[in-house]
Amino acid sequence: MPLTPPAEPDPELKMNWASFYAVISGVNRHSTGIGRIWLSVLFIFRILVLVVAAESVWGDEKSGFTCNTQQPGCNSVCYDHFFPISHIRLWALQLILVSTPALLVAMHVAHRRHVDKRIYKLSGRSNPKDLEMIKTQKMKISGALWWTYVISLFFRIGFEVTFMYLFYMIYPGYKMIRLVKCDSYPCPNTVDCFVSRPTEKTVFTVFMLAVSGVCIILNIAEVLFLVGKAYGKHLHTAGESTVGAWIQQKLCS
Amino acid sequence: MSWPILYAQLVGVNRHSTSLGKVWLSVLFIFRVMVLVVAAESVWGDEQSDFTCNTLQPGCENVCYDQFFPVSHIRLWCLQLLFVSTPPLLVTMYVAYRNQRDRKRLLEGSGRSSFLSNKSQEEDLDTLKRRRLPIAGALWWTYAFSLLFRLLFEGGFMYALYVVYDGFHMPRLVQCDQWPCPNLVDCFVSRPTEKTIFTVFMTTISSICMVLNMAELSYLVAKAVTRSLCGQKERKRRSSREDA
Repeated sequence: MPLTPPAEPDPELKMNWASFYAVISGVNRHSTGIGRIWLSVLFIFRILVLVVAAESVWGDEKSGFTCNTQQPGCNSVCYDHFFPISHIRLWALQLILVSTPALLVAMHVAHRRHVDKRIYKLSGRSNPKDLEMIKTQKMKISGALWWTYVISLFFRIGFEVTFMYLFYMIYPGYKMIRLVKCDSYPCPNTVDCFVSRPTEKTVFTVFMLAVSGVCIILNIAEVLFLVGKAYGKHLHTAGESTVGAWIQQKLCS
Repeated sequence: MSWPILYAQLVGVNRHSTSLGKVWLSVLFIFRVMVLVVAAESVWGDEQSDFTCNTLQPGCENVCYDQFFPVSHIRLWCLQLLFVSTPPLLVTMYVAYRNQRDRKRLLEGSGRSSFLSNKSQEEDLDTLKRRRLPIAGALWWTYAFSLLFRLLFEGGFMYALYVVYDGFHMPRLVQCDQWPCPNLVDCFVSRPTEKTIFTVFMTTISSICMVLNMAELSYLVAKAVTRSLCGQKERKRRSSREDA
């Protein structure tokens, strides 16, 4: 079978990630500085790399998977046995799931704005200028919004770690092997099957793994930053106070 | 498939939805449309070209593929998403009709009173366009019907998928003896495990959407019941005050 150049990524696919990015980056306004860095890392080093590079590397994963047999169906079955779910699909799901907790924050902000609008209307300040100001003002990350933000960060970290673990379980050692031996029906005996572009796939897997690790570190740093900031504010307003008292106040607020 | 066009239409509905409706719309676009486009379509991309039968008989593969896959999962999901997204447009149509009616009344009213300036008329028309109608009266019924239709379509398509594919599992091997296959031949499906994973995922998200719709419907019914009870109390109080 002649070696074919990798397929160009579908332009509609690029457009859909772009619209997804537009939705997620709307949350950016209410994030901390670290949150914005995380979003840039996510978009540039993960989504963009996935769309412009990784998808072409994995594009011929099935057509380029060749087994040393002419038995029809053996290729298909062995491919299915060794690659239950492709890296590309796992990464796409990971990126979608990791980005969605940010929408919790967006929903909370929208709810707060709605409540503020109602309060303004009841207090008689219902001119369009005031209502516009509510729409454009940046919400402070305090009170219930602080909790929503921190919980969304924990969800992000949870999803990242879960997917890294899944990768490890399905593809042990994160390495793509060159040769797999397969004896599932209808292969006549143990046949050698060769994976397409194994080294390039290993390079990209390690790269995506490293960036995933960086994102986890950014999320942990953001959690520590928020906790530190909130504790610092508590110390400032309440004078001398113990950590226990701060935790109690946070839980009861 | 131009999903952004559908998204643009539905975002307009979002303004007149309840909070649960807004959550439903986000789940629909992120976990169903996005996943369909960026992941599922590439899994099913080679479903016919990589469907291999253990025979050299020309036409056998075509015929067997057609027998076991009358409608592809991808097409069923696209249709399901289209059908499920259209009932909310009923709500948009009704809101547009209400706005049109109120605009007409406003213009007629200002035409009679000549001292109303153009600027205040423009401001009124603007507020009319931007206002959010409360979900009561005929709008409540339209919204409730749109929810019912959504539930019916979701359930119907899930049932259709279950019946056509005999469950949500994709087998690795199917045995086919349609003409012109010489005898019972083994045919192998491409990427069956990945397809099963995505089928289960899409079915789960579909069920979550159904739960959201049912919760929204219960919320609307509860809101209507409390509103009518409050209305009754208010009427009783007023009549007792008038009697006194």
